Amino acid sequence: MSQLDDYREVAPKGTADFLKLLAKKLQGKRVLHINSTRLGGGVAEILRSLIPLLQDVGLDAQWEVISGSEEFFRITKAFHNALQGQEQNLSQGMLKTYVEVNRENAGRLPHEADYLVIHDPQPAALIENRPCKGKWIWRCHIDISRPQWKVWSFLRRFVVRYDAAIFSLPRFAQRLPIPQFLIYPSIDPLSEKNRDLSDKEQAKILRRLSIPTDKPFLLQVSRFDRFKDPLGVIQAYRLVKKHHDIRLVLAGGEATDDPESEIVLSEVQEEARDDPDIHILLLPPDANLEINALQRAATIVLQKSLREGFGLTVAEAMWKGKPVIGGFAGGITVQLVYGVTGFTVNSVEGAAFRIHYLLDNPEVMAKMGDDAKEYVRRNFLITRHLGDYLALMNFWGR
Amino acid sequence: MLGRSARDEQQLLEAIEEVPLDCIYYHTHSFFLRHKYIAGPYPNDFATWAAIQVRDRVLGEKLGVLDPYEFESLESLRVEIVTIIEEHLSELQIIPRAIYGEPFHFMQSRIIEVATGLAARTLTEFREILATVDASVIYYHTFEAMLRLGRRKGDFSIWIEEQLGLPELAQKISRLDPYMTSLEIIRHRILKLCDEVLEKRTLK
Repeated sequence: MSQLDDYREVAPKGTADFLKLLAKKLQGKRVLHINSTRLGGGVAEILRSLIPLLQDVGLDAQWEVISGSEEFFRITKAFHNALQGQEQNLSQGMLKTYVEVNRENAGRLPHEADYLVIHDPQPAALIENRPCKGKWIWRCHIDISRPQWKVWSFLRRFVVRYDAAIFSLPRFAQRLPIPQFLIYPSIDPLSEKNRDLSDKEQAKILRRLSIPTDKPFLLQVSRFDRFKDPLGVIQAYRLVKKHHDIRLVLAGGEATDDPESEIVLSEVQEEARDDPDIHILLLPPDANLEINALQRAATIVLQKSLREGFGLTVAEAMWKGKPVIGGFAGGITVQLVYGVTGFTVNSVEGAAFRIHYLLDNPEVMAKMGDDAKEYVRRNFLITRHLGDYLALMNFWGR
Repeated sequence: MLGRSARDEQQLLEAIEEVPLDCIYYHTHSFFLRHKYIAGPYPNDFATWAAIQVRDRVLGEKLGVLDPYEFESLESLRVEIVTIIEEHLSELQIIPRAIYGEPFHFMQSRIIEVATGLAARTLTEFREILATVDASVIYYHTFEAMLRLGRRKGDFSIWIEEQLGLPELAQKISRLDPYMTSLEIIRHRILKLCDEVLEKRTLK
């Protein structure tokens, strides 16, 4: 388990000492994070790194997970989709189940703390049973900029009872009578997905994945979903292939909660069928080392999303010193400073042009990769995330 | 986050007239704290939004040239921004709008002061500490100090002049234009100026 001092080598100058100072007034404060899963997904990944760091700087930080039946999680999945803008049918009975399961969890889970951070919609209704003491914060990780209004207005009545809400992008903010804070998500530079790999380790993993390293390769890591535009990536690759002998690697898992995912994957496989330089990898959810090795070995990383939440795969690739070309969507736009840390594009042609440009200008590619890494070091590492939480708690403690 | 946004330049103008001063501060002064490493196309959010998201380069340039540290108060800075946008819109037939780009989202911020416990008594100590502290320390003692003290000199220049008796070095530091660069570049330049003085002393 990593401690703050382990990050001295990777975080910006003075960060570790500054974080300790920021935590000084908060010594012994009880912080409780509650979410819906301990395994899988970005929230669990962040909490796994964040909780030990909060403890290391002197806070009494704990992490609890709500429990519920399969039916409950089916309901909250529908919630999640509706808040992200998909049309969903939620009956009164389903809403009642949601509230009841939250009530059961409120009776079971500890909720005596100075700061309670409740993540995402699943446990949001725990607020109904809040004790008098402690600040309650709703941390929303999903894109609720275009929610299905019926579901949002149901959830909103719980959200307004919190002391504050945190969103990942300014455009996710809502009209709410409580303070709303902006905190970007982050990556852990010491995790399996992002830690340094030796050349030997990297080569071994690539061999296992059957990815030859004889030519430069483009990489997109994302699930097979229309919003990630894998077919657009293949088209852009084909436009560049006329000028450069390259490979394309599309790596990702199937989206088990998306019935269209299988169709998208078969369309991608069909499109790539006659081209031995296109590699499609179906990776399990825990393939962190494999993703790490692919990102490190890639020449250019793509994230040509048409819609995106935050898109932390961009920061992951940038941390490995890679130039990234991303779709102009969601959090990609705050990670890629156009022409400095990467390029955002709005079309297949735009992506092809920038890939071609970078392959023709290796010195630009190297500089962009270096700048990208520094940009992530300062803005998207877990140390910055820890600092944001400490600043928020200090803000209330004044 | 205020939960308020503007899609066109008229909405931007109306909101700038109404938002709290903390919001004006966030989008002009605190830019450098948020972009410690790389400065954006323009050093304030209003200019960058006009140029990048609305694709109105003229307004971007007009707002980009504004130096917030030349204004005696945030209120007078607000008046100047409003005047620039009003004048610009009066010359146009159509109000420029973010058609493909993102709307402008209004934010506000507060500075939390944290004592680092680090103190320098000599130029050598000052140089050593400056080289290793978090970049927010540089922000606080340069940008924030100018607003706090109401003069175009930061804490570093004043201390070097008054406590170390090095007016020449203090003047060189105060002449560095923080508005056109990033915190890391300011750190680098101050360290270089200190090294020059320290090297001269060694040669003597």
